[in-house]
Amino acid sequence: MTTATSSAPAGAATSVAAPGPRRRRWTPTRRKEALWAVVFVVPLLFGVIVFYIWPIVRNAYFSLTTWGPFGGATFSGLNNYEAMLADPSFWRSIVNTLIYVGMLLLGIPIAVVFASLINRPGLKFASVYRTAFFLPYVAMPAAVAMVWRIIFNGDFGVLNYALSLVGIHGPSWLSTEWFALIAVGLVGMWISVGFNLIILSAGMKSIPPEMYEASALDGAGRSRQFFSVTVPLLSPSIFFVSVMTVITGFQLFDLLYALMGTHNPAINETQSMVYLFFAHQQTGDNGYAAAVGVAILVLVGLFTILQFRMQRRWVNYV
Amino acid sequence: MSSAVISDTVIRDAAARGRSPRVKRPSNGLTHTVLAIGSLLMIFPFVWQIIMSLSTNAQVTSVPPSFWPGELHPENFAHVFDQLPFVNQLWVSVAVTLIRTIGQIILCSMAGYAFARMEFPFKRLIFGLVLAILMVPPQVYLLPQYQIVQGLGWLNTIIGIASPGVFSAFGTFLMRQFFLGLPDELAEAARLDGASHFQTFWKIMLPLAKPGLSALAIITVLASWNDLLWPLIVATDSTQMPLSAGIATLTGSRSIPDYPLLLAASLMAMAPVLILFLVMQRRVIDGIAFSGMK
Repeated sequence: MTTATSSAPAGAATSVAAPGPRRRRWTPTRRKEALWAVVFVVPLLFGVIVFYIWPIVRNAYFSLTTWGPFGGATFSGLNNYEAMLADPSFWRSIVNTLIYVGMLLLGIPIAVVFASLINRPGLKFASVYRTAFFLPYVAMPAAVAMVWRIIFNGDFGVLNYALSLVGIHGPSWLSTEWFALIAVGLVGMWISVGFNLIILSAGMKSIPPEMYEASALDGAGRSRQFFSVTVPLLSPSIFFVSVMTVITGFQLFDLLYALMGTHNPAINETQSMVYLFFAHQQTGDNGYAAAVGVAILVLVGLFTILQFRMQRRWVNYV
Repeated sequence: MSSAVISDTVIRDAAARGRSPRVKRPSNGLTHTVLAIGSLLMIFPFVWQIIMSLSTNAQVTSVPPSFWPGELHPENFAHVFDQLPFVNQLWVSVAVTLIRTIGQIILCSMAGYAFARMEFPFKRLIFGLVLAILMVPPQVYLLPQYQIVQGLGWLNTIIGIASPGVFSAFGTFLMRQFFLGLPDELAEAARLDGASHFQTFWKIMLPLAKPGLSALAIITVLASWNDLLWPLIVATDSTQMPLSAGIATLTGSRSIPDYPLLLAASLMAMAPVLILFLVMQRRVIDGIAFSGMK
């Protein structure tokens, strides 16, 4: 990274010339500090430019090209985007991804309830419960998918066996349209509860005890305290967890791939946006895959902005 | 935070003032019931996986389910080593995870320290560039990353799977936040004593940053061990894949001839991380909570 090194004096000149309160003289001590900083930052910066910044630019170009069967790319303007917007499976992948994200968001209230229970003072076995809830989050999704495949199996799965005990004939969960998505969403909720629980528990520790004291004096019971003290004061953590949930939910891939597999008859109706990206990458259709990548970026960005806009209505910062 | 303790003090205060306590201390019976049911739902798949991995294929696929195999079949675990490239994939997983974790600890702590504590030209611009990557979903850079790795001849190699993950915007941000939270005085004292920037970083600040480093290490180990999409793209040879890709390729196959074998294999694939979590539970939970609070 000779450019960064040689740009140091140039940067010094501009910073000396720059107006503002932080202006300082370019002394030998400062020069030494800047040189050391370059040594500290350049290794990371090199990798970040080579493996991230440059690829992001390249991907934008890829999305404007058509790839031949042997890898040659030709410029084709907005063809990929037109094809994508006319492709029913693209719209279906958005719907599926949003349903999955919605299911994960439904898991947040559940996590809030569990977090408020687990953080009761002096509760015995709290660490045991915490371990149990957190275990699914650390387990490899591709590996836990194996047992879920058996649990959800339409013929011999233990879930359908349990349903049959109450007189319900369960479907072939993982190979039936919509049911497959629900099954994947349930496993996703099972994984995400632990993460949410940890973040929310950390947030609960910062609620001042006086709030409970005051509300107790006013005669609030536990459920009233939950809705009038815990939830509003926890809202910054709930907000953070929901932003993270949308971002990770849009990344749905591992569970689909490992639970359903590539030959599943229902996969076309169940694929997520990332799965669509992967499927086109695998067939060498990189231009289309790159366009899907851009679409994911745009949608995640929109939803995150939307969440930050909406936070003013319900998040209380004390 | 401590509602039960508080209600106790409330009761005492009220009693001292000669009023009847309005708040009674409710029992935790219902709390335990709800949490126990929740915990069982969380644990059940793991228990089921262990039981089924010790059963025969006929028992796994029996209707109604056989809840206990009677005679255990630990040989299913031995068969994993004969019938699947498990040892190869384990080695790939371990090597990739080590390279990524050690690489991130070195690069992210150095860069994070510089962003937090040093002045240099274009600092804000460069930091903004690093932060921008945090906002971008991986699909936006995976295809060109693949081209780079392919161009270097690194497809189906450990270094190819590990290399992009060595550079982490998230880790840099995490370490910067951690260094910003450390007191300034020690570093200043060291500088006054004539220590160089590198000595200050290496001997004073880095040892203080151990909690931050352990959070970074834990998150990187988890992410790297469980990562699937990137390894599936760059490693197509089943002996050169990490366990995540190897297991997912098998579980995702159309029909599964031998369920206990795959159950045993996937159990062993996730075991190292699960054991790590159980042993270092406090640190893992604190690490995740810290990264969330950044």
